[in-house]
Amino acid sequence: MTPEPSFEAPWHAQLFALTVHLNEAGHFAWPDWAARFGATLKRHGLAKELNGGDDYFIVWLETLEALMTETGAAEATALSDMRAAWEAAYMRTPHGQPVTLD
Amino acid sequence: MYVGFHDRVMPHDHSDHDHPHSLLPSDPALRVKALETILTQKGLIDPAALDEIIDTYENKIGPKNGAHVVARAWSDPDFKAALLVDADPVLAELGYYGRQGEHMVVVENTETVHNMVVCTLCSCYPWPLLGIPPGWYKSDAYRSRAVREPRKVLAEFGVTLPEGQAVRVWDSTAEVRYLVLPQRPEGTEGIDEAALMALVTRDSMIGCGLVVSP
Repeated sequence: MTPEPSFEAPWHAQLFALTVHLNEAGHFAWPDWAARFGATLKRHGLAKELNGGDDYFIVWLETLEALMTETGAAEATALSDMRAAWEAAYMRTPHGQPVTLD
Repeated sequence: MYVGFHDRVMPHDHSDHDHPHSLLPSDPALRVKALETILTQKGLIDPAALDEIIDTYENKIGPKNGAHVVARAWSDPDFKAALLVDADPVLAELGYYGRQGEHMVVVENTETVHNMVVCTLCSCYPWPLLGIPPGWYKSDAYRSRAVREPRKVLAEFGVTLPEGQAVRVWDSTAEVRYLVLPQRPEGTEGIDEAALMALVTRDSMIGCGLVVSP
């Protein structure tokens, strides 16, 4: 068998693990997750053909963000603030240094 | 096997090797980090558990698990009979079970039936046996066409079935995941389980490939 990387990009793996972990910790049932994800995929698929790579995981991410917002685990503004904080951290950290929020 | 976060270079990044700052991850990568940070701060997740899950899916789980099951089924008629009746307990004995509580169903290819698996909803897949699905399994094209025109899709995988062999397409769900038991290739009678295992491809266990003699 030809070995193939399991995930095409690190963030795909991180997002996958995050979702599996939240499910295992009891934050949602897997069939509920699949139903939501399927509905989001369908909505996006109508607009354009999804290729199963980045597109697919972007829809996955959108589904998880919406679910976490809905359950109150992560508010939408907190998410965008935190995203901006990480972006700023990358921009100010010299290349090769570990990137931290502080 | 990651290539690292430099797989996506933003327009304002420098293309030479003298980066004044770290390469900025893509927008979704930053959003995943944000989500993970917030959930960690709230104590809802354990980052170490995420690493464990990634390690498991990258290094411990993959099509070799499914190939193990297939090779055993080819070699041991009792195992095969039990597997086809109720796969879960048989697989659990080998240490394969669904972390999401899903049921595994094994469908056997014969001279009259060829089985093929899809998930039209999203991309439900027998993770414990096959690992993470390939990109094409998750694509809209495969998900819609596998049901509509399976023979055409199979032809694109290089599989042409005899007229008399029916194609049965199984639509996976969050609760039920299918594994195809491919036909054992001719001329492999004297081959042991380990050698058989090496012949079994991932695609053959999704029903998009055939196992061929060595």
